Amino acid sequence: MKFFNNAWNWFEDRTGLMGAVWPIMTHAVPKNSASWFYVFGSATMFAFLLQVATGVTLAFMYVPAAGDAYQSLEFITNQTTFGRIVRGLHNWGASAMILLVGLHMIRVYMTASYKFPREMHWISGVVLLALTIIMAFSGQVVRWDQTAVWSTIVAAEQAGRIPFIGTWVADFLIGGDTIGGATLSRMFAYHVFIVPALLIIFLAFHLYLVIKNGISEFPKAGEPVDPKTYREKYEASVKRDGVPFWPVAAWRDMVFGFIVITTILLIAVIIGPPDLGAPPNPSNIDALPVPDWYFIFYFAFLALMPPPMETVLMVFGPLLVGLLLFALPFISNRGERSPLRRPWAVAMVALTIGSISGLWAIGITSPWSPRFHAEPLTVEIIGADSGPVYRGGEYFNDKGCLYCHTISGHGGLRGPNLTYIGDRLTTNELTWRIMNGGLNMPGFGGTLTNDELSDLATFLKTRKHLNPQPSSSGGD
Amino acid sequence: MSEKTKTSEECSRRQFFTHISITLGSLAALMVGIPIVGSILAPIVKKPKPIWRPVGELRSFTLDEYVKVTFVDDSPLPWAGITAETAAWVRRSNNDELTAFSVNCAHLGCPVRWVSGAKLFMCPCHGGVYYSDGSVAAGPPPRGLYSYPARIKDGQVEIKTSPIPITTV
Repeated sequence: MKFFNNAWNWFEDRTGLMGAVWPIMTHAVPKNSASWFYVFGSATMFAFLLQVATGVTLAFMYVPAAGDAYQSLEFITNQTTFGRIVRGLHNWGASAMILLVGLHMIRVYMTASYKFPREMHWISGVVLLALTIIMAFSGQVVRWDQTAVWSTIVAAEQAGRIPFIGTWVADFLIGGDTIGGATLSRMFAYHVFIVPALLIIFLAFHLYLVIKNGISEFPKAGEPVDPKTYREKYEASVKRDGVPFWPVAAWRDMVFGFIVITTILLIAVIIGPPDLGAPPNPSNIDALPVPDWYFIFYFAFLALMPPPMETVLMVFGPLLVGLLLFALPFISNRGERSPLRRPWAVAMVALTIGSISGLWAIGITSPWSPRFHAEPLTVEIIGADSGPVYRGGEYFNDKGCLYCHTISGHGGLRGPNLTYIGDRLTTNELTWRIMNGGLNMPGFGGTLTNDELSDLATFLKTRKHLNPQPSSSGGD
Repeated sequence: MSEKTKTSEECSRRQFFTHISITLGSLAALMVGIPIVGSILAPIVKKPKPIWRPVGELRSFTLDEYVKVTFVDDSPLPWAGITAETAAWVRRSNNDELTAFSVNCAHLGCPVRWVSGAKLFMCPCHGGVYYSDGSVAAGPPPRGLYSYPARIKDGQVEIKTSPIPITTV
């Protein structure tokens, strides 16, 4: 025992590490910042550390070559010891990091911790948010399956809309003008070297700032921030009743971090990593590249924005959001911090969560996508097994109508539900609509013969609340 | 020597050291930066030459029907594997005229499918729809499908490899 004591003393004497670190660990923090509201930042960092550890582990087994990566992912998942769990940890750790970074940001915004003197905390945090989003996307791409390939193309197309330099940015992203051998190597370099290095640098800066300016105290209504007096008041209050960060504040971080890490592990073991899709073959077009859950709201946004404003929204939308986030601490860096005195801030958070959830819910069903695998109408639904009504029903199945329109629960959601269309439109109106299309419907006048058109209209006219016999449904 | 007592000569000596240190550091970074940045940015400027790729015998193409053809892109790297593959929609008309379209939707590049019964191209991602001549029928695409150069050579249909069409402003 004495030997170890002596060895430690020698080490400390020569390095002074404990002497340098201990005062930082135990520095006094405001008493009310030792709170369960303040655990999300550290939890994000714990999730990030898990990503680093599992990411490095995956790099031991993953082959970052376009032609082989898919097989190496199958190998990691099915044939290595614990590989499946490590992939699961890395995947669900990414989900956790996105979720926690969001919660952390909401807490900081609600308590207005970005106000004087912590403007740079917020700005470095916005950079960390952007880097986290880039990691999430590039991580989806290095899971090199069919969805990854098409997601890369979709990303390149979005970059292509940037004025003047769009094509260059797109080519830079995918490493040339087609998907191929260069694409994955580049994505791998972004995902494991460039962006993580930036993340670590900005994380260090972010933490340094928390030590430099002190963690924000939990705000009280009626105690506004005044840059002239804030620092003095803060220091006085910390001196008066501050508590040592380690362990009086930190134990909550450790407890919450433990719950986060354990939850990720449980999900990784029970659910495992996401299934690999089909192999990354750009010529296989039987694909529906839906992104991972945290990007579904953006996927929906891309589908729903009005086409004339599309380029503007696609390019300047994210830019504007970024600029607003950067500008926030300069728009208001003084005054009330308590959410009780900042109703608009609370409304903003509610509005943002509401819009994202709404887009997310729509994105899950993607009503704008044609349903290529919709169940065809049955003879029972058509209500006839011969004659014009039957033929019209079959045309409905075969001519693509079914992909976008639903009848009696069969079909797509893109266009109006036609289960009772016979109540609303006459046969002439139906014929006119089918021929000319309208709004978001193609015109079929050039592709359907007169007989087909007439049978289709006859069939649709029978779609009424009280379905009459086919014989009585010739026209109006 | 303390700050108070330094002579003006000492001052310019320090300035010289400061300048030389910063200059040398920047110069070294600049020199090695050229090959580093140049190598990363190279794919922007270095474009492979398009190649005519045979995609099947003319007779094997059904008349007036779009067929998906698969071919290898213009710069297959040895380790590209299946990612070097690419596809196009090709139609042979009555007088052996060829129409070829990129499989990439002009909206955001998702793969469009030819729906034979409806005589439409449909995109699964955001609902873009095109008529058989490639023009927009519905949905968000800002323009029609991109066509690919196609030709008949010795009874073979050939497609000229092209970049993934990037819709720009």
